[in-house]
Amino acid sequence: MERADYERLRWRCIRRALLELDITLTRFLDDGFDKLNDEEQLLFAEMADMEDHELWYWLSGKSECDDPRFAPIVAAVRKS
Amino acid sequence: MSIPVLKFDAVIVGAGGAGLRSAIQLSEAGLKTAVLSKVFPTRSHTVAAQGGVAASLGNSEEDHWHWHMYDTVKGSDWLGDQDAIEFMVRKANECVVELEHYGMPFDRTDNGKIYQRPFGGHMSNFGEKPVRRSCAAADRTGHAMLHAMYQRNVKANTQFFVEWMALDLIRDAEGHVVGVTAMEMETGQVVIFHTRATIFATGGAGRIFYSSTNAFINTGDGLGMAARAGIPLEDMEFWQFHPTGVAGAGVLITEGVRGEGGILRNSSKERFMERYAPNAKDLASRDVVSRAMTTEINEGRGCGVNKDYVLLDITHLDPNTIMKRLPGIREIGLQFAGVDCIKEPLPVVPTCHYQMGGIPTHYSGRVVVPQDGNPNTIVPGFYAAGECACASVHGANRLGTNSLLDLLVFGKSAGDSAVEDLKAGKAHRELPQDAAEKSLSRVSALDNRKGGANVHETRLAMQRTMQNHAGVFRFGDLLKSGVDKILDVEKAARQLEIKDKSMAWNTARTEALEMENLIEVAKATMLSAEARKESRGAHVRDDAPDTPEFPNGRNDAEWLKHTLFNPVDNTISYKPVNMQPLTVETIALKTRSY
Repeated sequence: MERADYERLRWRCIRRALLELDITLTRFLDDGFDKLNDEEQLLFAEMADMEDHELWYWLSGKSECDDPRFAPIVAAVRKS
Repeated sequence: MSIPVLKFDAVIVGAGGAGLRSAIQLSEAGLKTAVLSKVFPTRSHTVAAQGGVAASLGNSEEDHWHWHMYDTVKGSDWLGDQDAIEFMVRKANECVVELEHYGMPFDRTDNGKIYQRPFGGHMSNFGEKPVRRSCAAADRTGHAMLHAMYQRNVKANTQFFVEWMALDLIRDAEGHVVGVTAMEMETGQVVIFHTRATIFATGGAGRIFYSSTNAFINTGDGLGMAARAGIPLEDMEFWQFHPTGVAGAGVLITEGVRGEGGILRNSSKERFMERYAPNAKDLASRDVVSRAMTTEINEGRGCGVNKDYVLLDITHLDPNTIMKRLPGIREIGLQFAGVDCIKEPLPVVPTCHYQMGGIPTHYSGRVVVPQDGNPNTIVPGFYAAGECACASVHGANRLGTNSLLDLLVFGKSAGDSAVEDLKAGKAHRELPQDAAEKSLSRVSALDNRKGGANVHETRLAMQRTMQNHAGVFRFGDLLKSGVDKILDVEKAARQLEIKDKSMAWNTARTEALEMENLIEVAKATMLSAEARKESRGAHVRDDAPDTPEFPNGRNDAEWLKHTLFNPVDNTISYKPVNMQPLTVETIALKTRSY
């Protein structure tokens, strides 16, 4: 991912509406994002555009990720 | 250096609840309105508000605005201005109904009215018994509110500048506010927004504390900009805390955990609440529990390497009970403390939640400062609303569900006042020659400084200083040493260095600029807290205890007054609390007890 694209994604991960997401996504960017391949990184960026509550429900396991495209990314974030 | 100038009738900084509400008033009045936001509007921290919005609609049982007013004055420990409080509670119904008309999906009763539920501190008949006053949209009230107001703004042609950070307030030689400077994050370009009205709705600054429930975005940008422009900050010693946030993360652990049998323990595994509240123990009130936790930590009985937290133990509970009655707690422990609470206790610490003080405003939303003997002289062209402002309706402590009400009522009020002032025909005042000078030199200093302070380390030093010296329970000697420490941190914060010098999407630079705002708030908080020698509401001092002469440690004879911290020379002055409501009799002083 180009520097500017990564930094834009970073800003959109470290400044969320919910503290839970700030912490979870920052942690993943620092330790996990690099391990994704190019396609997965783009999927992560797409997922990060979701509304905060829906995304937090997936990442906290409160609700099942119902989009199979994102399921491996959700699993990777939950593991980080 | 010439920089672009964008001309608007009004600019609103912040796109949370207060900002969006005020923007509706301006745009629907046909004024050319810009809203600047660091993030997409529906990602503002208002989204996190769950509890609801207070309004005495009386849909579920009899209610009256006067009762709501009484509860709010009492909640504020009589530091709230009674004219502003009457204004707010009387506007509540209108604002909630408007929101409903904007499409807000409130929960409903069987007969189709807005459903209302009880909430702590809201009572009927002047404190007699709990009343159902909170209007909610499931557990997503803030989220639903923001979406409804954002749509309304889109319809009204409000112009959004998303992922822009406001840098500085622009005042001319006569002190009029004539706009702001701001940076577009995508390009790093600094731009002047030249306006006739400037409204700050930037939210709180809870990130000054090490443990905070606030999202990372709450960096007090409006307060920092106001302080740099010489506007004093009001009642900054008053911050609301929750007893149990996950240590190091701030994520809230619901009080229901103690309700289900959770036990607080110190480093010796002692159930220390038995010493502080022999009967209620871990179920004692919020302030008693917070005070006990702080005392344990201050006296060296905290846990961990820094001995800076205590433990919340539920390992004795049946795992099925935990999973059934406390859903989500295990996940929170695993994700934010790395602890499985079924097997190990959770590290917890009193955690900052809400800022009662802020930029001083009249209830019309106009910013006011002391000048020529008048403590409430209007700053022409400048308005503020929501958590960044201090109207003051929350005084020394805020009631739950009054924060969403605050941002609706005062967001609208600030918008209305700006419309009124602009319709009076005031033209754009001339921009000062050096309008962007301050901002450009701050940015340039960050870009060029070598050997300066690290942003992350400076922020951490500030947060630890605030947590340890001006936390939920305060000690005179710690406040005194806290003043010296925070002034030292301020020196570092004035000399920040960043490694990344890129123009586009330089998050390091943005975080450094945020830090320059945070330190203004931290300093105002520490110095204001040190100066107030009584206990009142959320400001509780060990050396101002509960005595027959001063119940709850409150000393009205000396301290029934608002603090004004002057950031220019770090001095403090005071102004009277307005005890005169708009139409009813004063709610007389009495001891606050529930």
